[in-house]
Amino acid sequence: MAKVTMTVNGKAVSAEAEGRTLLSSYLREGLGLTGTHVGCDTGQCGACVVHVDGKAVKSCNVFAHDVAGASVTTIEGMANPDGSLSVLQQAFQDHHGLQCGFCTPGMVMTSAALLAENPHPSEAEVRHYLEGNLCRCTGYHNIVKAVLAASGQDVGAIAAE
Amino acid sequence: MPKDNGIGAATPRREDVRFLTGKGRYTDDINIRGQLYAHFVRSEVAHGRIRAIDTAAAAACPGVVQVFTAADFAAVGGLPCGWQVTDRHGKPMQEPKHPVLADGKVRHVGDPIAMIVAETAEQARDAAEALSVDIEELPAVLDMKAALAEGATKVHDDLTSNLCYDWGFVEDNREAVNAAFAAAAHHVTLDLVNNRLVANPMEPRVAVGDYESHSDMTTLYTTSQNPHVIRLLMGAFVLGIPEHRLRVVAPDVGGGFGSKIYHYAEEAAVTFAARTLKRPVKWTASRSEAFISDAQGRDHVTKMELALDGDLNFTAIRTETYANMGAYLSTFAPSIPTWLHGTLMAGNYRTPLIYVNVKAVFTNTVPVDAYRGAGRPEATFQLERIIDKAARQLGVDPVELRRKNFIRPDQFPYQTPVAVVYDTGNYQATMDKLLAISDHAGFAARAAASKARGKLRGFGIAHYIEACGIAPSNLVGQLGARAGLYESATVRVNATGSISVFTGSHSHGQGHETTFAQVVAEMIGIDAGQVEIVHGDTSNTPMGMGTYGSRSLAVGGSALVKATGKIITKAKKIAAHLLEAAEGDIELKDGKFTVAGTDKSVDWVGVTLAAYVPHNYPLENLEPGLEETAFYDPSNFTYPAGAYGCEVEVDPETGKVEIVAFSAADDFGNIVNPMIVSGQVHGGLAQGIGQALLENCAYDENGQLLSGSFMDYAMPRADDLPFYKVDHSCITPCTHNPLGVKGCGEAGAIGSPPAVVNAVIDALHRAGHSHITHIDMPLTPARVWAAINA
Amino acid sequence: MHNFDFVKPSTIADAVKALSAEGAQALSGGQTLTPTMKQRLAAPSVLVSLTGIAELRGVCMGDGGLSIGAATTHAQVAQEAAAHYPALAALAGQIGDPAVRNRGTIGGSLANNDPSACYPAAALGSGATIVTNRRRIAADDYFQGMFATALEEGEIITEVVFPIPERAAYAKFVQPASRFALTAAFVAKYPAGVRVAITGASNNGVFRWGEAEAALSAAFTAAAVEGLTAPSAEDMIADLHGTPDYRAHLCKVMTKRAVAAAA
Repeated sequence: MAKVTMTVNGKAVSAEAEGRTLLSSYLREGLGLTGTHVGCDTGQCGACVVHVDGKAVKSCNVFAHDVAGASVTTIEGMANPDGSLSVLQQAFQDHHGLQCGFCTPGMVMTSAALLAENPHPSEAEVRHYLEGNLCRCTGYHNIVKAVLAASGQDVGAIAAE
Repeated sequence: MPKDNGIGAATPRREDVRFLTGKGRYTDDINIRGQLYAHFVRSEVAHGRIRAIDTAAAAACPGVVQVFTAADFAAVGGLPCGWQVTDRHGKPMQEPKHPVLADGKVRHVGDPIAMIVAETAEQARDAAEALSVDIEELPAVLDMKAALAEGATKVHDDLTSNLCYDWGFVEDNREAVNAAFAAAAHHVTLDLVNNRLVANPMEPRVAVGDYESHSDMTTLYTTSQNPHVIRLLMGAFVLGIPEHRLRVVAPDVGGGFGSKIYHYAEEAAVTFAARTLKRPVKWTASRSEAFISDAQGRDHVTKMELALDGDLNFTAIRTETYANMGAYLSTFAPSIPTWLHGTLMAGNYRTPLIYVNVKAVFTNTVPVDAYRGAGRPEATFQLERIIDKAARQLGVDPVELRRKNFIRPDQFPYQTPVAVVYDTGNYQATMDKLLAISDHAGFAARAAASKARGKLRGFGIAHYIEACGIAPSNLVGQLGARAGLYESATVRVNATGSISVFTGSHSHGQGHETTFAQVVAEMIGIDAGQVEIVHGDTSNTPMGMGTYGSRSLAVGGSALVKATGKIITKAKKIAAHLLEAAEGDIELKDGKFTVAGTDKSVDWVGVTLAAYVPHNYPLENLEPGLEETAFYDPSNFTYPAGAYGCEVEVDPETGKVEIVAFSAADDFGNIVNPMIVSGQVHGGLAQGIGQALLENCAYDENGQLLSGSFMDYAMPRADDLPFYKVDHSCITPCTHNPLGVKGCGEAGAIGSPPAVVNAVIDALHRAGHSHITHIDMPLTPARVWAAINA
Repeated sequence: MHNFDFVKPSTIADAVKALSAEGAQALSGGQTLTPTMKQRLAAPSVLVSLTGIAELRGVCMGDGGLSIGAATTHAQVAQEAAAHYPALAALAGQIGDPAVRNRGTIGGSLANNDPSACYPAAALGSGATIVTNRRRIAADDYFQGMFATALEEGEIITEVVFPIPERAAYAKFVQPASRFALTAAFVAKYPAGVRVAITGASNNGVFRWGEAEAALSAAFTAAAVEGLTAPSAEDMIADLHGTPDYRAHLCKVMTKRAVAAAA
């Protein structure tokens, strides 16, 4: 056990971690930030995606010690400073881009990374970028629609509701 | 009532805010002070005799508190099966014991042998390596037909064979059906497999047991679709805890799709350990563990036959299915290939004679139970595939063959030859709608464009019906259910007019918190924001049967309407008193009570306040307060139906199938929230397309799972799927529930697999590969390529 | 997973020293190693992270070609190699998914030598040189079968040098679950001839398809591949996703498509 220090959602934090402690466990158990979810053990599902120094990363596949000193953003850090939903989060609600909510944190984090890299993605680009994020509820239709809407594109032509 | 939040409004979901900000509260987010962690040591072989378990070394590992084995559960019941099927000879099914931890034998890879409880999760896992289990490996029983052969190795030594039951339905029609086939002008046969699937909700299962000795109160937090059912099964049948001392909480649950209906060993084990150790005990499944411990779905091997007369009317259906039960009977497993499958074999068609035979078989595989659709996708797949094959064989248009045999709108209510009575429907309308939204007329031009790019384009159609809203309790009781299937709601109006609703139904993605509030708001005429929906905790919700089988709105919503109706009746009495008018003259509109034909009125809050501050109140004949509970037991199933169209492009060089368009025209009856209904269809379609093209739960010859992680079990991803065209404007309201709703949760997964397969076969035939009559799901590139090159 | 001591040196020398400890193992992006450790299939007692070593990161053109530091992520290669070696950049951009590409590294991929990984095809197909803390290894000598390489105990890859071809392309047929290659072909045309490397197909890991190289060296056209017999299916992988025959067939299809994309 040793203390691991990093910046999470803009705040300096510190918690005990074993060598084997994954970033996902550090966030969930060490810091109580349970918005980051763990949906698999092979790095496939993407429910655990957070940003490390601005890049989308699967937090169940990174050791906490390996990102000591980094700046990490989780789903808890994505709302506007006043607590209201960000444009992307709001688009997920407006377009019903979530059902059970379990994959949602990873979907939002990956989509935010996409829009930072590519502010006006095509449908194909959105689908391709989300290939590492599994959703079992939505069939992806409304997730893709929400991301396109959040990028400012007109989604009126995509089947309503 | 303003349409922005009542029935029919596409109200955004209120639950989304917590999920989008990381504030959802899932079971794994619950940590109780002093909690221990459980790890299950599971069988690595499919079948074996346990010679010895030596727990000493594991028990001595750092942090280990106790190692539990079957011996510790000697005084405890086994996991119960909730449905007893009677076979075609009138005998009850063979029902094996299902111990919480493997007792004497292991029967599938993943069968839990021991539970190690330690101070940390990693310590429990570390100690597992020190546990010594001596197993004599036995031959694995895998192939269902071989399992029924004389002298086959038995999964359960104390049963007479591996046959759970041999079910015939309708048994009295057997000879008449045979005679109809003998007399048929045309006889079409199709052998097919309905591939085994893993439900894979994104949240793996979690269970936390807690026990307070000072109050003798036990609590189980669990990822369940139906906490009351778990309380009943675990309390009464396994651990012997009376309901008033047992609380089951299913908080936010990350998807279920059937796999979280059942009572699982881990729930009973952690609860038992918590009571034994007087400390909370938590277990969180890894995904790898989910693959070998969550009940799986489908797995039917079927011979399907259709008889037609000279005018191409369907005259009889005969089908023989081998249904895999896996190693034990999961909670509702026996009912799936029987009552949820055979009863749907009429589909949307006027086939007068039907005989369904199902042999349920024990094998050394993970137990199989309901998965989205449950029995109905298997029935629909058989019917819609054989109709397509018949059309091709007889040289008629598959749409026209379906239209010719559809039950006509004037024939409802329609008594099928397989027991159920369809109350309403209009299948020509859904077919018309599908052809319009899918631009069926423009297909030829699109096919030509694909051909120019070297791709083979095909169009496939399927029409489905399902029986939802399960079900009348007295009927299912006759059919062998060991449970009632009503639903419940308590509507508690608070003094200042806001409303707390407690439903026995459970939401794990379906959006009840939004839609149920829409229903209550519409009925009373207040803002939906005034209505809170509470679910998932047996300590504050009335006994309910939970969410599955597309039943929440049809059954749970009906209970809600009934309870709200009682509220309105009482509120009118109070209003009549306040307005000094006759009760019969009181009208409720837009949240205001008026005396008919006058301008005398009292608003909603005036009445609710009077109910709780009864100063001016008819106390002599009316109790104060405004809270009502209702239970609703449906009088029939509901029968959603729809037409699905799939358009594919096949790459003939690689065999890869791309879904280029998918359209769904459903009749769900009345719609409360069209946005949520569309979302349910989208999700079902993805799962059905996944079954058709990608997903395959396969075991090797030793019973090892070949697709035991997301590295090999191909889940549909965003780039595997298109935008869907969905329509639910064809509405024939359900005739027997107050909302006229039918249920929409499973439709997508039921109608889509045959549409996809029909489309691929169509594409291959158009390209001249007329030798291909069927390819078993999933239609992987390798399988399609092999079929082309056979 | 088993516990271990985590060390994160900042120089190659310190990393090599740390790796000399009993049970030590190098960790690069960890996108394969971490899940393997979760399954307890790998249990190092010391894990030596290479992600903190600045000299192991980066993409630059040199005399021998494009040099890529071993701890350079796939995302970085996809971006920074694009101007110099577009086919290599495109390959890097097809590995895993965006989050995997932000952590996974070229050195980690080559050291692991998964028979279905993408990078081995690029390295072998380009005749790259794998540079370690001890020596330079030609790709033709480096890959020694499924999960087997020429790396010795304590030896770590420091950089990979890719000669730049006249034309090249990678055609990947994706395994639908893992998103690794079910079968993929990397084709590169050099003045001295064409190299064709196939990944995902063989039980022996990445391999060069000699007949295709000869045919393409004579005529760099898809038609030249069309006339070939597919490689023998004898040693091809059989799994849920494809038979040996199917993979052998895909070798030809993917090679043809790579040539068409490069031509």
